[in-house]
Formats: sequence, C-alpha cells, structure tokens
Amino acid sequence: MDFGPYLMLATLEGAVTAAVLALTASGLALVFGIMRVVNVAHGEFFMLGAVLAWWVTDLMGATPVLGFAIALVVVPLMVAALATFADMTILKRINYDPERTIVATIGILYILQQVTLMTYGPDARPVTAPFNTRLALPWFERTEDGISLYWPWGLSITSYKLAVIGAAGGVLLGLWAVMKRSRLGLMMRATEQDREMALAFGIPVERIYALVFGMGAGLAALAAVLVVPIQQAHYLMGGDPLLLSFIVVIIGGLGSLPGTVLAALLIGLSDGIISVFFSPTLAKILATLLVAMLLVFRPQGMFGERRL
Amino acid sequence: MRRDVQKNLLLHGGVLVALFALQFVLPAYHHGNVARIMVLATYAMGYNLLFGYVDLLSLGHAVFFAAGLYGMGIAVSHLGVSAPLGLMIGVLAGGVVGAIIGALALRTEGVAFMIVTLMFAQAGYLIILYFGEITRGDEGFVIQQVDRLFFGGDLSDPFIRYYAAFTVFCISFLSILALLHSPFGKTLIAIRENQERAVMLGYNVMRFKLLAVIFSAALSALAGATYGLLFGYVGASFASVQYSIFPLLWVLLGGAGTALGPLVGVFFMFYLIDISSGMTTAYMLVAGVVLVGLTLFAPQGLMGEIRRRFWRWLP
Repeated sequence: MDFGPYLMLATLEGAVTAAVLALTASGLALVFGIMRVVNVAHGEFFMLGAVLAWWVTDLMGATPVLGFAIALVVVPLMVAALATFADMTILKRINYDPERTIVATIGILYILQQVTLMTYGPDARPVTAPFNTRLALPWFERTEDGISLYWPWGLSITSYKLAVIGAAGGVLLGLWAVMKRSRLGLMMRATEQDREMALAFGIPVERIYALVFGMGAGLAALAAVLVVPIQQAHYLMGGDPLLLSFIVVIIGGLGSLPGTVLAALLIGLSDGIISVFFSPTLAKILATLLVAMLLVFRPQGMFGERRL
Repeated sequence: MRRDVQKNLLLHGGVLVALFALQFVLPAYHHGNVARIMVLATYAMGYNLLFGYVDLLSLGHAVFFAAGLYGMGIAVSHLGVSAPLGLMIGVLAGGVVGAIIGALALRTEGVAFMIVTLMFAQAGYLIILYFGEITRGDEGFVIQQVDRLFFGGDLSDPFIRYYAAFTVFCISFLSILALLHSPFGKTLIAIRENQERAVMLGYNVMRFKLLAVIFSAALSALAGATYGLLFGYVGASFASVQYSIFPLLWVLLGGAGTALGPLVGVFFMFYLIDISSGMTTAYMLVAGVVLVGLTLFAPQGLMGEIRRRFWRWLP
C-alpha cells in the first residue's frame, strides 16, 4: 500500500478509538466536573460493561442480533445501578473527601476486577457484531487522463466500526443536550457551580451525585458494549481505558465536556497514527510524561480553566 | 512525659527483640516470610515518612522501590559490582529519581500530586519494559548466588538472610525514630499540621518537603535493593501500579503517622494475602475489601486506633 491509503486506514481506525475513548472519558469528566472526585474504578466499570455484554449475548445465544441490542440497553443500566449503589454506600459516607475517595475507588477497582476473575474467569471472550459487512474504500491516483479512483487492496473498514463512530457521536450529542437543555442538566450544572447554594435552593444534591456517578459509569459501560465486538472481553481490560481517559480528561481541561471530546479525538487519532510509525511502548511513555508535565506546569489543561 | 519515653523504649525495644527472637522458633516457611515482611516494612516506612508525617499521598512509590531494585540489579549483574556497592548504587538511584520527581510533582497539591506521581511511576514502569534487552521486561532476571555475597556472607542462606533483613529493618526503624525527634522531623510534622503557619514562621516548606521526598524515596530504594539481593530476583512487576498501591494499603492498615504502623500493616496484609491466595486466585480481592473497609470505618489504621483509644503516648 502507498502512504496515502495507509494514512487513511490509520485515521479511520484512530477515529474508532477516539469515539470509544470520547464516551469513556466523558463519563470520567462528568464525575470529576460535578462531584469534584476522581474515580479510579472508572476502567473497571468499562470492563464490567464488556463482560456483562458477553454474558447477555451468551444468554440470548440463539438470536445474537437481538442479544446485542438488549445488551446495548440493559448493560449500561446495570453498571450505572451498581455505581449508584457504590456511591450511596461508600462515597457518600466518606463525604466525597477527594483523597479518601481515591483510596476507596482503588478498593472498588480491586473488588470489581477480582470478583470478575472469580466468576467470569481469566479468559478473553469475543462477542459477535450484529452486522459486519466489509466496505472497501476507494483512493485516487493520477493517470494520464486526470485523477481517477481505484480500490487499493486492504483499504477497508467494517460497517460495524462506522456504526460505532456514529453511535458514539449520537450519545455525546444527547449528553450535551441533556446538560444544556433539560431541567436535570440545569440541576447538575447548579450543583457543579456551587454545591451549598444548590442545596439551599432545594436541589437534591445527594441524589444528583448518585445519579452523576451512575451516569459516568454507565457511559463507560456503553463504550465497552460498543467496543466488545472489536476487542474481546477480559477481566484486566480496564487498565488502558482508565489511563487514556485520565490523559484525555487532563488535556481536555478537567471536567469540561467539549474539551474532553476534542482531546479524545486528538489522542485517539494520534494514537492510531503514531503506533503505526513508532513503538507503542515509546508512544505511551512520551504521552504519559507529557501529560504529567502538563499537570505540573499547566494544571488547567489545554482548554479548561479549572484545576485539580 | 518521662514515663511515656520509658513506655516507648520498652514497646519498640520489645518489638525489635521479638523480631530478633522469632527466627529461632519459626518453621522454615514462616521464617522466610518474616524476612520478607521486614524488608517490605522498610518500604512501608519509607512511604509512611511522606504520607504519615508530611501528609503527601503518593501513588507512585513503586518507581522508587524499582529504582533501588534495578539500580542494584543492573550494577551487580551487568557491571560486575560487588553486592555492598550495588546496594549503595541502588539507594543513590532512588534518591536521584526521588529528587527529580519530587522537584516536579511538589509543584502540585492534593489530587493532582497523586495523579502526577502515578503518571511518573507509570512512565518508569514503561521505561523498564522498553529497555527489555537489559531489564528482561516482565520476565525479569535472577541475581546469581555468587553475586549475592555480602562481605563473605551468603545472602541466599536463610539465616544470614534473616539477619540481613533484620539489620536493614532496625537501621531504618531507628533512623526514622531519630529523625522524628530531630528538629527536621518536628518541622515536617509542623508542616503537616498547619502549612500556612510553618510558612509564616519562616520555614522554607518546599525545601523540607523535597528533602522528605528524597529520604522517603531513598528508604524505598533501600528496601528494593535489599529485596533484590535477599531473594535474588529483579522484575518489572515490582514497578507496576500494584506495588505503588501496596505501601499505601500497608500504611493505611497499620496506621499512617505511627512508627510501628508500617510493620503491623505489612504483617497483617502479608498473611491475609498469603492465606487467601491458598483459597482463590483472586487474592487481590482482600486488598480491595480492606481498602474500602479502612476508608469507611478506620481511617486511622490499627495503630492509629490503638493510639486514639488506649495508648496516647505512641509516636
């Protein structure tokens, strides 16, 4: 393949990564923005989404398409319910103290991960995509009579991957609409701006917190259900999304949703392109160091105004 | 006041004597375990110096432990340095890494400090994997028995190993106690209690904090280098996030800001994991449950609770 088609393929794959990452990271950003706590267990909610998606489609074995559709709706709700439960039983009781919350969510991380290991086991299991047509993509070339299109071998994407990009975009738009246009979003933003004042105006801050924590986890789970036909479900799969989400949320300006999506696009696309040309370990080292430096020297991120 | 000093001497002296005497009664398996516990407790004490006495919560101490481990391991195995010199190189490596990370990370506070240290440690872990030809990555490498001679003593011999672990533990434990009673230690505690007041009194808080990070890193590196020498194995898993979480877990369990807390925490956690790993592969579940339980019910840890309820004189 020539360089051009190669780059296009890397960009398309990067766009899929970016879409999934944007969903996962916006969950983390939502929780940080409104509740001012860092949820270290976020990656495990992602993992739980993938594992539960496998479980649901396995139960519905005879009709995989229907099974996947059910998983897409039910699994995020299940994970959100679990996260809400964790919020009410643990985080609320320690008063959302930032440092103790991190320690507690590290504990939750191990509990979720190890319980999955005990029940689901150490294997990686695939989920079949509901539809998966291979779409060949054209590229142009210069011939004597001008520019013409041709179909290079290997330049293709599946319909499912395109659907993932579309679905992620749709959900993010929906989230934005809820935040900006609905009464619930108004209450969330009020809580974000001033917790005491919101409380004084009769906003049920505790319930908003529980809901937001659930929504954040639900978004991660949704991203995982979308990605599990591409990447298999495994009990240790939460580590990478957690680290990448952290990076994205920090670059995007802590808690800012548009910044988070923009940063996810940046990281997702560059991750796809960089790992084609460089060693992935080196890329990760540079990215991690860069983000650490960013936090040290510009704690408000590239797009936001808030600091940790 | 005098009586408190006496009680302290009695308690801590007693603990050291008990640790020394244990080796004569323990069966072989537990004998090895206690040696391991003493080395890991040294690591936990290094962590406690920062977390317990300066209230800086780091999520990246594995990078200091690994700096000691690899500094010693590479010097001894690849460069043919003798074990005592290797140990010193390991501690030095930890101090240098501590100085660099400390100077950068201390520009941040609170949650940002936690995440920055986590990120630096992750970068350190990846760097170890990246130089797989030297470090052998996840697989790690074994330190040959000939390289584990410490002034003629063979550190692979269980009894010498126990003495070595005990010596390292004693030196670290007594240095920490001495440090806490020195003006330096008292200033650190003053910074923990009220940073603004310490600044107003004219202390250069940044310098004290940086020195605390360097001491803490060097002590963690000492534990890492000792661990590698005593048990003959150097591997990347010691640099992973899990080994940054462990000291936090030990210190929280034992009681942050208490002298005996780290030892107590390591002891309990070690045997909790040891027992549960006999029953299930998901032994880290215990760690999770303990972490959540501690934040909910006993944020002071075991020794902290004892100090709060019974022995108010505990250091």
